[in-house]
Amino acid sequence: MVKLKNYNVPLNYFVLFLTFAAAVSCGPQKPVVTRIEGKEISIDEKAGSSTEIERIVKPYRDKVDQDLNTVLAYAPETLDKNGQWQTTMGNLFADVAMQYGNKVFEKREGKKIDIVMLNHGGIRTIIPKGDVTTRAAFEIMPFENSMVVCAMNGATVMELINYFIAEKKPHPLSGLTFTIDKNGVAKNILVQGKPIEDGKIYYVGTNDYLYNGGDNMLFFKKSTAKYDLDYKLRNILIDYFKDADTIPATRDVRISQEK
Amino acid sequence: MERRQFIKNTAAATAITGMGLPLMAFEKPKANHLTILHTNDVHSYIDPFPATHPKSPNMGGVARRAALIESIRTENPNVLLLDAGDIFQGTPYFNYFGGELEFKLMSLMRYDLSTMGNHDFDNGIDGFYAQLPNAQFEFVSANYDFRNTILDGIVKPYKIFDKNGIKVGVFGLGIELAGLVDKRNYKETVYHDPVAVAKDMAHTLKHGQKCDLVVCLSHLGYQYKNDPDKISDMKLAAATQDLDLIIGGHTHTFLDKPTVVKNAAGIDTIVNQAGCYGINLGRIDFYFDTDKSKLSNGRSIIV
Repeated sequence: MVKLKNYNVPLNYFVLFLTFAAAVSCGPQKPVVTRIEGKEISIDEKAGSSTEIERIVKPYRDKVDQDLNTVLAYAPETLDKNGQWQTTMGNLFADVAMQYGNKVFEKREGKKIDIVMLNHGGIRTIIPKGDVTTRAAFEIMPFENSMVVCAMNGATVMELINYFIAEKKPHPLSGLTFTIDKNGVAKNILVQGKPIEDGKIYYVGTNDYLYNGGDNMLFFKKSTAKYDLDYKLRNILIDYFKDADTIPATRDVRISQEK
Repeated sequence: MERRQFIKNTAAATAITGMGLPLMAFEKPKANHLTILHTNDVHSYIDPFPATHPKSPNMGGVARRAALIESIRTENPNVLLLDAGDIFQGTPYFNYFGGELEFKLMSLMRYDLSTMGNHDFDNGIDGFYAQLPNAQFEFVSANYDFRNTILDGIVKPYKIFDKNGIKVGVFGLGIELAGLVDKRNYKETVYHDPVAVAKDMAHTLKHGQKCDLVVCLSHLGYQYKNDPDKISDMKLAAATQDLDLIIGGHTHTFLDKPTVVKNAAGIDTIVNQAGCYGINLGRIDFYFDTDKSKLSNGRSIIV
């Protein structure tokens, strides 16, 4: 140790300084976080635009645009995905699947679809007011899922209804209406306008993703028969848009809740 | 518009924990500032929304995102660029080209790392694998066991970056696949409990690998108000410690600002998510110091 002399104040400081410096340099020099700042930045035209990215994207965009920019129909108002138990997007999708699915199902099996149930998460975007193109069908339904029809009895349809009540999501629904009472129990259950019967077989249209247990709609597996329509949901939309002149916003109440 | 500011000082203990280990770098780190930028659920949205779109008129677009990231890199070159999954599926670009363009553009923007979202399985695990040559960045997932799949050894649990002397450990977490993704698409991928895996990862990266910063790249979802038992980023943050940042996805959650949450040790940590479709970019700046005299004050979080 350095022997310090009381009167030598400058040396005293010097030694202290050395000791301190040695401790710091040979001790851990791990960087430690002292301050964190966080924010969300909107990406809009203020950001500018990368010409390099534009150059890469262009041939891909040209190919897609050439195929998909065809205007098929017109939407007088925006169809939305917002709603407690049903949405204008969901109503349209389920009604159209019922109508176009039936074309195949009736022809092949001589039977009619009673109910269509799809999933809210499967509708990927809205239909904005204005022209409706083939592209819109791709953006609403980008998945390659096809329509299936399941034969199930009234008791299994009740499981479908209870799933609805438990999940509290506005899944697209057509052909089935009911009211949820104050205790969270379904009543006034009508299939194609007629009271549900436990033992009766109903034909329920959905897609292969949900049939295979997607979104935990496990009741579909209890079907007694399954019919693959080999008809993609996206193609159903495209065919409908081709046939339709204007796209309606359907607002009839399919599921209501007593407060 | 003036940004609302919110400053929190945590216990001095936070700052001290990282320091107790000798024989580390004698060299002074070159950088004292790291910028983490992140996206999630871009879902193949490459072009901006049209000006007439009722929800997001004229928002997003990869060319703009690239320009924005470049301008941030000019301001601070020490950037880590991350994505929290669901790169795929949502526009015809994916239906036509299977994710090729998405990966190529992310590589051009110099993404460092991504985790896998459920929709990244949409063309099957093989469809994802087939596009990997187009990605000059890697994927991490710590709770998907890919051992019996084609991704074995390709998607690793975590990756450690040396960002100019700042050691950053990033691990991935994926959402439960059963009931969400068709089994024909995820095949033999095995899902493990994210909380147990995250605890293990946080400990490994912070204490074993001695990372200065531990980041979780999650596709679990921000929060499930209708299903409070379901694991989410907010629950994960509260159940773990040693995570400096959780970057999330899946729920397409737009936040006004990153969320500050108390972790299991009572220390503030951050959960953030940047909405979806490339409309937002999340930005978290970490400032570091090695001067002990400044460290006793702990860390301040300004959001």
